[in-house]
Amino acid sequence: MSESKILVDVKNLKKHFSKGKDIWGRDTDVLKAVDGVSFQIRKGETFGLVGESGSGKSTVGRCLLRLYDYTDGEVSFDGQQIGGLGEKKLKPFRRRIQSIFQDPYSSLNPGLNVLELISEPMKIHGTHQGEDRKEIIAALLEKVGLKREHLYRFPHEFSGGQRQRISIARALSVRPEFVVCDEPISALDVSVQAQVVNMLEDLQAEFGLTYLFIAHDLSMVRHISDRIGVMYAGRLVEVAESDELYENPQHPYTQALLSSILEPDPKKAGQRLSQNGYTAKRGGEGNSELREVSPGHFVADF
Amino acid sequence: MTERLLSVEDLKVSFSTRDGENQAVRGVSFHIDAGETVGIVGESGSGKSVTAKAIMSLITPPGKITSRNVNFRGENLLNLSEKQWRKLRGNQIAMVFQDPMTSLNPVKKIGQQLTEVIRRHRGLNKEAALTEAANMLRQVGISQPEQRLQQYPHEFSGGMRQRVMIAMALSCQPELLIADEPTTALDATIQAQILDLFKELKGNSHTAVALITHDLGVVAQVCTRVIVMYGGLIMEEGTVEDIFYRPQHPYTKGLLRSIPKNGGKSKERLVPIEGSPPDLLDPPPGCPFMDRCPHAFARCAERPPVFELSAGHRSMCWLADGEVSVGVEGGTFA
Ligand SMILES: Nc1ncnc2c1ncn2[C@@H]1O[C@H](COP(=O)(O)OP(=O)(O)O)[C@@H](O)[C@H]1O
Ligand code: SF4
Ligand SMILES: [Mg+2]
Repeated sequence: MSESKILVDVKNLKKHFSKGKDIWGRDTDVLKAVDGVSFQIRKGETFGLVGESGSGKSTVGRCLLRLYDYTDGEVSFDGQQIGGLGEKKLKPFRRRIQSIFQDPYSSLNPGLNVLELISEPMKIHGTHQGEDRKEIIAALLEKVGLKREHLYRFPHEFSGGQRQRISIARALSVRPEFVVCDEPISALDVSVQAQVVNMLEDLQAEFGLTYLFIAHDLSMVRHISDRIGVMYAGRLVEVAESDELYENPQHPYTQALLSSILEPDPKKAGQRLSQNGYTAKRGGEGNSELREVSPGHFVADF
Repeated sequence: MTERLLSVEDLKVSFSTRDGENQAVRGVSFHIDAGETVGIVGESGSGKSVTAKAIMSLITPPGKITSRNVNFRGENLLNLSEKQWRKLRGNQIAMVFQDPMTSLNPVKKIGQQLTEVIRRHRGLNKEAALTEAANMLRQVGISQPEQRLQQYPHEFSGGMRQRVMIAMALSCQPELLIADEPTTALDATIQAQILDLFKELKGNSHTAVALITHDLGVVAQVCTRVIVMYGGLIMEEGTVEDIFYRPQHPYTKGLLRSIPKNGGKSKERLVPIEGSPPDLLDPPPGCPFMDRCPHAFARCAERPPVFELSAGHRSMCWLADGEVSVGVEGGTFA
């Protein structure tokens, strides 16, 4: 694994939001949503990102998608920095990096049918035309477990799981290399979550995709991810291979998080689930470097 | 001998919509005994919340309830007047919803809201109610409760507000607490704190809890008995051990199989339930799980009765035929 190429390289990424300005337009109150985060994603792997809501996971995802400009730091994709690029130079990256979000309903325009929805990104990036495009979309629908006859239906005619399949087909229509999956299964029922996770795994194998997988279901994240980063208050506090992280967590926040996993086994209902809450100050000073405690296992100071 | 607290008989609830009657709950019967913690699980749309609201008499038009009986301590809740309900609600039966913000008054201090409830139900004076309120907050794990009482709901995080709601519900020492997805919107670590509270409750109080959730982990951790719903009906019912170690119903088995094994350690392929839940505007006349069930056979086109597998372990599935049928018509859990 360590041999494979680095596709996404995030260095000391910061994204601060202004919550208030004084009369001279200077920030008086700043929310440091992401405050010095560094990690790398290798080609073909799934990098999981966990942490409580508000810890900065989605903001990291949106920075990688360049939906936000960064306050500081750099993101390279396939060796090229994408932080400073203008829209024109960014366009090829907008094709190569796609996204899937939690609520497929709000991210799918209700007035467009499936064919139009999936055509949209293809039009933007000028990939395939006319009948050719339609054939590709039909084939893609089958890949995500839908049928050709769904081409002319509208989002409201589908269940949540099916809508998520449509957004997956849409994301894949332009043959991306990297997909930011932000809580892609959180809104789905357990039985359907498994359908979507299997599909994401199959598509990854088939197309050599690389995923950033943001989720709060800790068992699912462990199942799907090769490596996992744990975020807390805008910082990455621990990064390791999934099994290493779950079996040997070092940071107190990771430990508290993992002890809260609900095992679906009544025999294991004896223990307390909560540990005394870990609280660290948001936006403390300086060093966002992680220490390598064993090969590939990195931990922040605490 | 356990004491029967609530028994629901053949509850049916439907909503008139533009597209027809949505038959949300299609005949469910179950009971809750004093002091026990019963999990109600099933995927979204299976009728869990509607069942809870029907018990609490919170179904409003276009919804309507048809049922023989929702019996609480010998009284049929379906016949109570709004005035009688006001006495019962919060007092003997309390309910906590998924989103605590909707049930707290945003412009009143938490302390005022808590003491009002405590004074109304327990007849304490202001001073004593305030002390009691602080005690309750401490019990649900909120530190510096005296200061906290002086704050408004928006100064609390989501998890804190949910703990306040639970504190409020418990402050009246109800006999039955119905909690609808009380931790679903919360972060894992906060969920853990609240579930620990439910665990304690199970051990040392007389409050029975109906815990509605779609999360099997939550059920395994805190419940003693489980009711599995699907398509507006109860598919299987039993102790947590029955449901987790000896599930009979293909739907229950499917749910259990679809979660990652070994907490996700195993990279083995997941086993989903293919397909999606039935349309309740036009539910199938037979077994609601039929078009997703790997074992379906001709007979399943007819709705199965409820079969009893062992004391208290029941399943609405033709595969359990041969056991004793306890259902009368159309699958009734007695
Ligand atoms: N106020 C309402 N009006 C119309 N339909 C409703 C209403 N409330 C619930 N339903 C319908 O009742 C069915 C059962 O819903 P619900 O009890 O909320 O399921 P669960 O809690 O198991 O997710 C669903 O089809 C839902 O759309
Ligand atoms: S009754 Fe038939 S369709 Fe329904 S769960 Fe049993 S075997 Fe499957
Ligand atoms: Mg519900």
